[in-house]
Amino acid sequence: MKRLAQAGALAILATVPLWSGGTYYVNIASQILLYAVFALAINVLVGYGGLISLGHAGLFGIAAYAGARLLSDGYGHVAVVGGALATTLAAAALFAALALRGTGIGFVMITLAIGQIVWGVAYRWISLTNGDNGISVSGRPSPFGLSLASPAHFYWATFVVFLVAIGAMAVVVASPFGASLRGTRDQPRRMNALGYHVWMIRFLAFILSGFWSGVAGLLYLYYNQFVSPQMVALNASAEGLLMVISGGSATLLGPVVGAGLVVVMKNVASAYIERWNFVLGAIFVAIVVFMPEGLVPGVVRLWRRAREGRR
Amino acid sequence: MSLWLVLAVNSVTFGGLLFLLSAGFSLIFGLMRIPNLTHGSFFMLGAYLAASLIQWGLDFWSAALVSGLLVAAFGGLIERLLLRRLAGAELAQVLVTLGLSFMIADVCLKVWTGDPIRIDTPPALRGAATVGSLAFPAYRLAISVIAVAFAVALWALLDRTRLGAMIRAGVDDPAMARVTGIRVSRLFTIVFCLGAWLAGFAGVIGGPILSVYPGLDQEMLPLALVVVILGGTGSLLGSLVGSFIVGFLYNFGQAMFPELAYVVLFLPMLIVLVVRPQGLFGRQAV
Repeated sequence: MKRLAQAGALAILATVPLWSGGTYYVNIASQILLYAVFALAINVLVGYGGLISLGHAGLFGIAAYAGARLLSDGYGHVAVVGGALATTLAAAALFAALALRGTGIGFVMITLAIGQIVWGVAYRWISLTNGDNGISVSGRPSPFGLSLASPAHFYWATFVVFLVAIGAMAVVVASPFGASLRGTRDQPRRMNALGYHVWMIRFLAFILSGFWSGVAGLLYLYYNQFVSPQMVALNASAEGLLMVISGGSATLLGPVVGAGLVVVMKNVASAYIERWNFVLGAIFVAIVVFMPEGLVPGVVRLWRRAREGRR
Repeated sequence: MSLWLVLAVNSVTFGGLLFLLSAGFSLIFGLMRIPNLTHGSFFMLGAYLAASLIQWGLDFWSAALVSGLLVAAFGGLIERLLLRRLAGAELAQVLVTLGLSFMIADVCLKVWTGDPIRIDTPPALRGAATVGSLAFPAYRLAISVIAVAFAVALWALLDRTRLGAMIRAGVDDPAMARVTGIRVSRLFTIVFCLGAWLAGFAGVIGGPILSVYPGLDQEMLPLALVVVILGGTGSLLGSLVGSFIVGFLYNFGQAMFPELAYVVLFLPMLIVLVVRPQGLFGRQAV
């Protein structure tokens, strides 16, 4: 039953460009998948590690900015992707070393400060980032000779990356490392007493999260062909966090559903209401107050209760 | 007056503003363990409210007073209605205060539009004040004096009064404070209102030099965070020293390396986090 549902969902996702009828919808689907990769990355820390990061848009943005710089300097796509990911990993290592000096609220505050500093650099270091004007790039890569210029082709490429990401997440979560990461979330002192290196486990989780944030950032760059300080602002980190929380943290599918929800709402809401930020804030408050465990676990809970009620 | 002296005066002024902002943040964090991400919004809201009050005919200082009180009342409502329900749930508190800060920013954008609003310097403090052979902008000197006065008053409040002793007890060990009959939950409201009032007031008196514009909240909040990371949470002295360090770094950084002003802030934070993660004057790790 579960397998069937999974296969069905995959089939639906794989064929979006064939039935969705229109470039607009295909592009929204691409956005959902690339943000799903970002949300999965945040979920490693927030959900499984219990470390709330408010600076993740910084890592997402560093990958995009590094990629954009390399592209406008005329490097090939292989060098661009490699260079951007290497930069992001280095930044993630530095941020992790700093942020992990604190835990709990300290971690939140340090990641927020780091995220805002990245924003400040993107906004002010004009010779590097072109400031508020952002960097425009042109051209998408053509892996194995397949051009990604059309929205449908780009969607399929994003879909493949998304599958790899969610597959990798499933493997990591089920692995001994995933178990020890959840252990450091629930019982850091016991894990320490058992001989686990809590700091190292969290550090590696941060790096893993940084890597996939970087992948998502590159997808964003190739999708949008443009980067600006807006994408590293606190709002972007908050939106990423909202995807994880609304869908349900520490689940594999929660962040994906959350990404879909936020992207669709953002597009729909911005078409009808001017005040997306107000809606974003209100949803945050509402979710925390009314459905603290997130939508996916919340719905699962209601579904179970309904089924048991029938018996 | 030489460039360096101007920069130094500006740094002291800005440090004073940061102190008013971060002292409240640090107290709230120290006592309630709440990272109040609406603190930058309180700053901005205070400035916007005062701008409107002045437009309606109030003079600067009464506007500062009323606007500070309004922001304090608003903070009290947030604490009573939302944060109280979420006691002990860090993630929930982070998200609620973050969500509220977005809502406040959006409402401000709607009410006061996107154009920067300048609050006029109070007439008595326009022009320059001469100290010895040097002339200083009077208003900036006044801000420094106000900040020092507030620092002394806050110190006296925390160190010399019964309420201050209760707050300190609550910061050190809330459970034991409760056992000895202190109503810690009421302290929470008092401290939250006090912090909101300080932030709102700082926004008003910062108005004539910074003016008010959308995004001011998210510009000030990380500075308050850096101050608290540098100085240590729950420590008044830490906030004071941290504020002036950040004030100097920010102003000199902007003058000397305009593109890297934020990176300059990053470095001392990095050093403090590596060498002394609890902050210069903090007693526990953040």
